[in-house]
This record gives sequence, structure tokens and C-alpha cells, in this order.
Amino acid sequence: MFRRLFLAAAAAALLLPGAASAQERFITVASTTSTEQSGLFRHILPIFTAESGITVRVVALGTGQALDVGRRGDADVVFVHDRAAEERFVAEGFGGPRRHVMFNDFVIVGPAADPARVAGLRDTNDALRRVAQARAPFISRGDRSGTHAAELRLWQLAGVDPATGRGQWYREVGQGMGPALNTAAAQNAYVLTDRGTWLSFRNRQELRILVEGDARLFNQYGVMLVNAQRHPHVKVADGQRFIDWILSPAGQRAIASYQINGEQLFFPNATQPEPTS
Amino acid sequence: MNDLGAAAATALNLVLTADPAVAQIVLLSLRVSFSALLIAALIGLPLGALLAVARFPGRGVILTVLNALMGLPPVVAGLLIYLLLSRSGPLGHLGLLFTPGAMIIAQAVLITPILAALSRQVLEGLWEEYAEQLRSFGAGPARAVPTLLWDGRFALLTVLLAGFGRACAEVGAVMVVGGNIEGFTRVMTTAIALETSAGNLPLALALGMVLMSIVLVVNALAQASRDFATRAGV
Repeated sequence: MFRRLFLAAAAAALLLPGAASAQERFITVASTTSTEQSGLFRHILPIFTAESGITVRVVALGTGQALDVGRRGDADVVFVHDRAAEERFVAEGFGGPRRHVMFNDFVIVGPAADPARVAGLRDTNDALRRVAQARAPFISRGDRSGTHAAELRLWQLAGVDPATGRGQWYREVGQGMGPALNTAAAQNAYVLTDRGTWLSFRNRQELRILVEGDARLFNQYGVMLVNAQRHPHVKVADGQRFIDWILSPAGQRAIASYQINGEQLFFPNATQPEPTS
Repeated sequence: MNDLGAAAATALNLVLTADPAVAQIVLLSLRVSFSALLIAALIGLPLGALLAVARFPGRGVILTVLNALMGLPPVVAGLLIYLLLSRSGPLGHLGLLFTPGAMIIAQAVLITPILAALSRQVLEGLWEEYAEQLRSFGAGPARAVPTLLWDGRFALLTVLLAGFGRACAEVGAVMVVGGNIEGFTRVMTTAIALETSAGNLPLALALGMVLMSIVLVVNALAQASRDFATRAGV
């Protein structure tokens, strides 16, 4: 009896894996936590799949990690937001060409009590200097993500070296945007976040948007195909089909139509000419 | 407190409405963890029995290594398997990375040492009782292993449940090798991590409650089958 039960369970466990592994046409896209967690992919991918019959498997990581997945050949398409790192990826011959897809912006959020008095500022240089001067807790992603790269750029522009406050007021969590926001909410700290993740983030507690609207807070997303000459198994045709679609009017409309509480999260700009500088 | 109440209500709602997305995640979790358990049992239990009956040079080293591997950090296991299965790795041609297959391998690697080490412990006691009897029948270790496994089946059930529990509860390894792809490699634990990231703490906790309920049901079923088998004298 017991043996039969065990054998039945074993057989069931063995049979189950076959159930869902039906042949399907798919591509793997390495992307960022901001595009996944904001719900954008859940909104646009079904439209693409319905049109093309291609399922898109999204692995959401920080931009640095997502590019590494592309470098190793573990994805067909990379869809991220750190232009400098993306251009390096292309220059090294791992993929490309890189194309603009859409943009949104970063915002600095912080506690409503605002100990560094930055609320309402537009100038991020001014805001970050005040945070550093007040030695107010600031959460950094610290994970080589696109947002982390943007944050480091902003500190540099402000002429502040946050590393001097490391372990004290400058706290690097080495995690995704969500965990960083959770930490900031718990510690009443300032943090740089992309607007999309912020809008879909639920555990805000005392956090508010304090600084927004500076041109330096611009956040551009780019897409590129992984180089099939380095990784022959890359699904060139289907991957390119996805890229073509997301750059097409239909794909761009799908991006523009994604809203949370009536607020548009991402602004398509594939049709704009690429600045050459 | 409010959050806990909201979480319990959400959990109940998820179960009662049989939310299809959640149901799919639950089924995948069970599929992955049971498959991993099966593979780990096929390797770990005979290995444990063999270590219980056989005495050979190097046995002590193997036991120490097995015991140490019980504490293998899941992220480390995940990373190793990631590098093996990556397209740039030695097993890349299999195309297993970011699939449930990779997650099964990761969990099996994590729980095989647990099954082997714990079953060795359990069966050694049994072997001390039986050794003479079995030897008098002229049974060598090769014959003794299946006998021991069969006679120790009830105690081994607990060992299997411990392995299953660890497989089910694991998040670090399956996140790395599975990629937490929606509708494909998202399991209970990675879904919980994702909802925590999104600051959706009640939903995360609700999913945790669903996971615990499932583990509870699995344990209850195992207990019931053991009771039934004992009573039936099988």
C-alpha cells in the first residue's frame, strides 16, 4: 500500500513536468525591474504575442546584470536604461544597434518631514548638496542598475562625493528599486527612483515626491538584439520582430496607453532622431 | 496588525476564488519541488543507506562534507548552476537556464545532501538493531540497503518532508536560475519576493499564507498515509 502510494506520487511528479512544456515560440528578454514591476510588460506583451504568436519571457534584473545576461548569451534581446553602459555593450560587440524606445523620469522621494529641506526644488545639484550637508539618510541602490548609474551621475554633477558618508547617512542596499524604496520608507530616508516604480509602489508610508522636473532626471530606455555572431543560438528573426514591433507605431501606442491612476508612465520616443553626440 | 488582517483576508480570497494566476504559480511550485524531491530521493536515500551500513576509508570525510552541504547557501548553489547552464557555460547547449528544469536541478542539488545525511542518521540506528540478523542471512551491504530503506520507510517519510519543506521554501536559487518569469518560472517564493519588492506587503504575506497552507496539507497527507499504512500493517 505504502509502496504503491509512493510510486504513484513519484510517477505523478515525473509526469507533471511534461504537462506545461508544450512547444511554443518564445524569446527571452533581459530587462529591468522598473519595466517589469511598473506593470508595463503585463500591459504591452499580450498585444505583441497576439499579433506575432511569439511569447516573451522577461527576466527582470538591474541594468548592469541584464546586460551581463546578454553578454553571456542567455537572452535574445536586452531592454534597459543606462545609455553609457548600453553603448559600451554595443561597442564591445555583444549586440546592437541600440535604439531609443521610450523615456520617463527619475524623481527624488523622501520623508514628508524633509529634514534636508529639498521639497519643491527643481535643481538636483542643489537638492543633493542639501541632503549631504544635512547628513540626512539617503538610500542608494548600489547594484550597478540604470538607476544606480543615474544616481552616481547626479552626485558627480552636484560635486558631492557620497562615499564620504558611506555606512553613515549614505546607505547602499545593493538591491532592486522596490527593496530600496521599502528600506527608505522604513528609515525615513531620501532615495532616487524612476517614476514608474514609484507610481506602482504601495508601501510608501511617509515618503513623498520632493524633487522632480530637472532635465538631469531624464531616463531613457534603449533596446538591442544580442549579437548572433557571438551566440549562434540567439533567435535573430523573432528577437528582431519584437524590436521592430516595439519601435513601430503599434508598439509605441501600446507603451503610451499604459497608465496608473490616469497617469502615463512611459513616453515613447522611438521616432525621434537619435542624437549623435 | 491591520496589515496582518488584510493579508489573511487576501489569502482567503485568493484560495476561495481559485485565482488562476495564483493557481498556476502554486502548481508550478509543487511540480518543481516534487520533481526535485524525487530526484534527490533517488540519489540521497540509497546514498544515506549505503553510508549507514558500509564502513570504508574516507567515510568520515564524506559524512562531514554531506553535513556541511546541508548548509549550502541557496544563492551559492543557484550561482553555480547558473554558470553551468548559462549559454557561455559548459552545459549551455541544453538551453535549460531560465526554465523550470533549471529550478528542479537547483532544488535537487540543495536537498540531496539533506536527504542523504538525515537518512544516514535514521538508518544507522536501524542498522545497529538489524545488522546481526541480516548478516546471519549472509546479506552484504548491497542486499542490506534496499531492506533497510524499506524497513525505515516511516522514519524516512519525515526525512522526505524535511527535504520537501526546504525545496518549497527556497527562494535564492530558483530566482537566479529560473529568472522569475511571469507565467513560466514564477513560483510561490519568487512571487512573494516580487510582491515584497513592489511594496505590496499584504499580498506578499497572503501568498506566504497560501504557501504555508499547501505545505501543511502535504504534511497532513503524508501523516495520514503513514497512519493508514501502519494500521493496515503494510
